[in-house]
Amino acid sequence: MIRRTLLAAAALAALAALATGALAQDTLRIGVEGAYPPFSYKEADGSLAGFDIEIAKVLCAQMKRECELVEQEWDGMIPALKARKFDAIVASMSITEERKRQIDFSDKYYKTPARVVAPKDSGLQGTAEGLAGKRLGVQRGSTHQCYAEANFPDAEIVLYGTQDEVFRDLTLGRIDAQLSDSLIAQEGFLSKPEGADYAFLPGDHTDVECYGEGVGVAVRKGDDELRNAFSAAITAIRDNGTYKTINDTYFPFDIYGGRPEGM
Amino acid sequence: MENLLSWFPLDLALIAENFDRFLYGVGVTLGLTFLSLALGGAMAVPLAVVRASCHRVLNPVVWVYTYVFRGTPLLVQTYLLYYGAGQFEFVRNSWLWDPVLSQAWWCALIAFTLNTGAYTTELLRGAIADTPKGEVEAAIATGISKRGRLSRIVLPSAFRRAIPAYSNEVIFMLHGSVVASTITLQDILGVGRWLNGRYYLAYEGLITAAVLYFIIVFAITRVFRWLERRYLRHLNRRREPIARNIAPPMGVK
Repeated sequence: MIRRTLLAAAALAALAALATGALAQDTLRIGVEGAYPPFSYKEADGSLAGFDIEIAKVLCAQMKRECELVEQEWDGMIPALKARKFDAIVASMSITEERKRQIDFSDKYYKTPARVVAPKDSGLQGTAEGLAGKRLGVQRGSTHQCYAEANFPDAEIVLYGTQDEVFRDLTLGRIDAQLSDSLIAQEGFLSKPEGADYAFLPGDHTDVECYGEGVGVAVRKGDDELRNAFSAAITAIRDNGTYKTINDTYFPFDIYGGRPEGM
Repeated sequence: MENLLSWFPLDLALIAENFDRFLYGVGVTLGLTFLSLALGGAMAVPLAVVRASCHRVLNPVVWVYTYVFRGTPLLVQTYLLYYGAGQFEFVRNSWLWDPVLSQAWWCALIAFTLNTGAYTTELLRGAIADTPKGEVEAAIATGISKRGRLSRIVLPSAFRRAIPAYSNEVIFMLHGSVVASTITLQDILGVGRWLNGRYYLAYEGLITAAVLYFIIVFAITRVFRWLERRYLRHLNRRREPIARNIAPPMGVK
């Protein structure tokens, strides 16, 4: 009798050890940014919110994995992923050829064009000649840095750590214009009081070399199981309506594929 | 060549291709560092004299300045000037805004100057307070006036004795100048972060920057070693190696 209890206890202990071991391994750490509204920002109480954040959470739920969100500054995002600070990035990261040499991507979960924002009365043109000699702000390590340097060779490219800083210096007049995702500019700046005197310059910037195929979930190179799991989960939440629910709380149109209306 | 280098963890070709940018960064770093050291140093001399004096009003005022600027991080000071000052309408409308505070370079220079000025003031104050009594007594005995004692005896003597500690301040300032890269300036680290951002790299830009800083620090320490030899010789009476006074090991004649 005693022996049997002991055995059972030992088995239980072993099981518990196994379970906690598995659980610890199961916790998926996801790198997010927290300074890229409306995709990723902080609420007044310091908690993370935004489209990326909610998409990350429902993808985890869809994959039935325990998730932990890890905040990371943008220009250290890929190094941190490679250094195993987290296992995936859900931070509006565009799928590009250059990034694919460093990391792997799931299928896209949204795609919006980039546009240039300048003061309403600037009279600037969003072209290589139009921005020659002008100071153009972009976020460091973003696809916009790549695009700006390739397509606005005569502009002075000014680099910032966060998109918030780009908008702030635009309002302070330290830069003449800024290049970013059109949605980011619309929701995070132009629709707010501080962005009232600013507008998009005509023209979408969508070149595939820098901007790639859209925004995907990034994983370490060769982590195919996780990559496929994310792709499948993205398809699943597109199909079951979860994506639409989240999309509609942030945007007046579907940002998955098409071009936003009225922009 | 490409195949030969492919085993190497760093993309050396990219670094070589963009090396002219790094040289530009070296210029920005050296310019900011040494200009702020010169301005801060010039500012520190009179302030240190005040701090070493017992002036009832000026001494506490300078003390507050050095306490504030030594008590807060350089990054915070620079951010407050660059992002903080611009939040106020009256600052943006003032004459200071357009040529000065709207420019990242000026914000960095002002913050760096005030910071190194505070440290150098306290460093010099210590050297002045430590002036050997005999030097001052000798000056009094030879009938040198009070002002002459300060400018011809106390200060030169303090400058010399402050050289070793000041070499640390110069190196700290060089390292502190990386703060410039956080307010969009393309100093050495700024170029390194640009490279990392442009090609989505983890190390190349940072390691190149580290090597460049290392080389500059090496040159600075060399200069200070020469300065110390030249100006502190009179303090080095015990230049004889200590080992020479020790008896030779057993069996050695």
